[in-house]
Amino acid sequence: MTRYILHRLLTAVPTLVIISMVIFGILALAPGDPLGQLAANPDVPPEVRQNILHQMGLDQPIPIRYAKWAMSWATGNWGYSFASHISVARLLLQRLPTDLWVIGSGYLIAVMIAIPVGVLSAVKQYSLLDQVATTSAFIGYSLPTFFTGVLMIIIFSVRLHWLPFIYNVQVRDPVRMLQQAIMPVAVLALFQSAVLTRFVRSSMLDNVGQDYVRTARAKGLAQHRVIIRHVLRNGLIPIVTLIALQLPTVFTGAVVTEQIFRVPGVGSLLIASIQNSDTPVVMAIAFVAAILVVLLNIAADVVYGALDPRIRYG
Amino acid sequence: MVSTRSDRVAQLGPIAGRRAAFERPRYARTLWGDAWRRFRKHRLAMAGAAMFLFLTVGSIVGPFVYRVPINALNFGASMVPPSAAHPFGTNDLGQDMLARIMYGGRISIAVGFAAMLMSVTLGVLMGATAGFFGRTIDLVLMRITDVFLSLPALPLLLLTIYLFREPITRALGPQLGIFWLIVGVIGGLNWMPTARLVRAGFLAVKEKEFIEAARSVGVGPVKQIFRHIMPNVLSPVIVSGTLSVGAAIITESTLSFLGLGFPPDVPTWGRLLFDAQNYLDLAPHMALFPGLMICLAVLSINYVGDGLRDALDPTRVF
Repeated sequence: MTRYILHRLLTAVPTLVIISMVIFGILALAPGDPLGQLAANPDVPPEVRQNILHQMGLDQPIPIRYAKWAMSWATGNWGYSFASHISVARLLLQRLPTDLWVIGSGYLIAVMIAIPVGVLSAVKQYSLLDQVATTSAFIGYSLPTFFTGVLMIIIFSVRLHWLPFIYNVQVRDPVRMLQQAIMPVAVLALFQSAVLTRFVRSSMLDNVGQDYVRTARAKGLAQHRVIIRHVLRNGLIPIVTLIALQLPTVFTGAVVTEQIFRVPGVGSLLIASIQNSDTPVVMAIAFVAAILVVLLNIAADVVYGALDPRIRYG
Repeated sequence: MVSTRSDRVAQLGPIAGRRAAFERPRYARTLWGDAWRRFRKHRLAMAGAAMFLFLTVGSIVGPFVYRVPINALNFGASMVPPSAAHPFGTNDLGQDMLARIMYGGRISIAVGFAAMLMSVTLGVLMGATAGFFGRTIDLVLMRITDVFLSLPALPLLLLTIYLFREPITRALGPQLGIFWLIVGVIGGLNWMPTARLVRAGFLAVKEKEFIEAARSVGVGPVKQIFRHIMPNVLSPVIVSGTLSVGAAIITESTLSFLGLGFPPDVPTWGRLLFDAQNYLDLAPHMALFPGLMICLAVLSINYVGDGLRDALDPTRVF
């Protein structure tokens, strides 16, 4: 097991190096340079501009710039934001709690809805409940989050005046905090639970017809025991992988949802940084996201092995 | 493509021909004919196909019938709710929403199809090459696929479009440039699942006897790939291609909604929603109609994909 994890971690390194090269390459080859704003300003004389470029090391060839960037990244120095002049790591840490709270609870609720609904609709396949669940999951999964978000604002904020539609981190009152989180959390939970329900249902259906289930029934186990102890345990294995693969978004933020409700998370930081050509911040967010994807992929495989003794790692 | 039963029978001579006359079913059953029959039985898929056809034809033909300009300003009739003169109301500049939605539909749907074609082409080429040739080529191509799968898709999408918007606009013009940029980026970041499907199909099919037979009579690799193996792995590709049209429409709308898609004078559905965001209290119809169009288009195409999945599954017999 340890050998397997070690092997996976080692093979992840070249993948991450290539990903970092791709991201760096796109940024470096792009014609819009970070001093674009400055360059557009006619008051900045060309010599000053050259000086700034030189100071920032932007006049060097791309491979050297990449090597320098990679070195400083590896030592934990993620650079400073061009726009706000504070360190990128601190900027991200400021935004992270909001994401963990809003997006994290959105996911938690989604999982709590999806597993029982998916299980029930698989166990009672073709029943009315199954049909309602499958259809709503299908619709929920086809509705883009930007539309459900806008729809909720129109109904609950504009028409009914129940909920505020702008998220405010300054609020300390717990009731208000809860109120302003309801809509973004609901939008995320709705979409995610739709996606997950479909997977839980099909994964459960793959299992209910199997021989071991019949054996369990033949032993005289009660229905709920067969489903919960036997089928669910096997049916949830692929779901664990799926959830692990979606966890990086808790960090990168749900860009769209954050944008609609003005939630100041990492996602809206990403949009703002892209619009301001704030390269260090964009790089950091994109790269941390890539690292999380790769690491959670490995974690998912390891968990998969722990849950399913049939899988052996050679 | 496939020789019919009767011309094979004709080659065999009169006796075999007479025997075959008994065996022949009352109607010719082809692979695609069967699929179509099964698809027709899927009512929601048929409804989805009809809806999507309606949206497509409506946005192509609509502007010729409903001859209201999409950009005629009229501040006297700004943010008018739906009425006889303006069935979908007007926006903050007094422009007619129905005309804009029909025009925008053309672009949104075209982006969906073009991005699908691009990702399917790329995916099929990568998957077929990897699956057919195997060994080192397979290893290298699958590593590339893995790297693409671990790229953070949305940040990269936003970044690429933001950075390359200006030069490509200068080269190809504001509308066409953004169109190809968006199509290219969506297609270029979505081909991986198709590649994996095609590769898996190729690995399974290339060991079959009929491929061996084809090889033994001297069929070259290109013809083996496209003539003999491809038709057998096409079903899952068609399904995932259909679903990816919907996904591409959502992605384009998302980009436009974040203000990183088409310019304001090109009213794609996502852009219309983006413009409506600041007027949700005064003119909710500005958001509702384009949003509804996106939902209808995506929902109907997803139902079509679902029906195709059932129809193209060869293990199902009717």
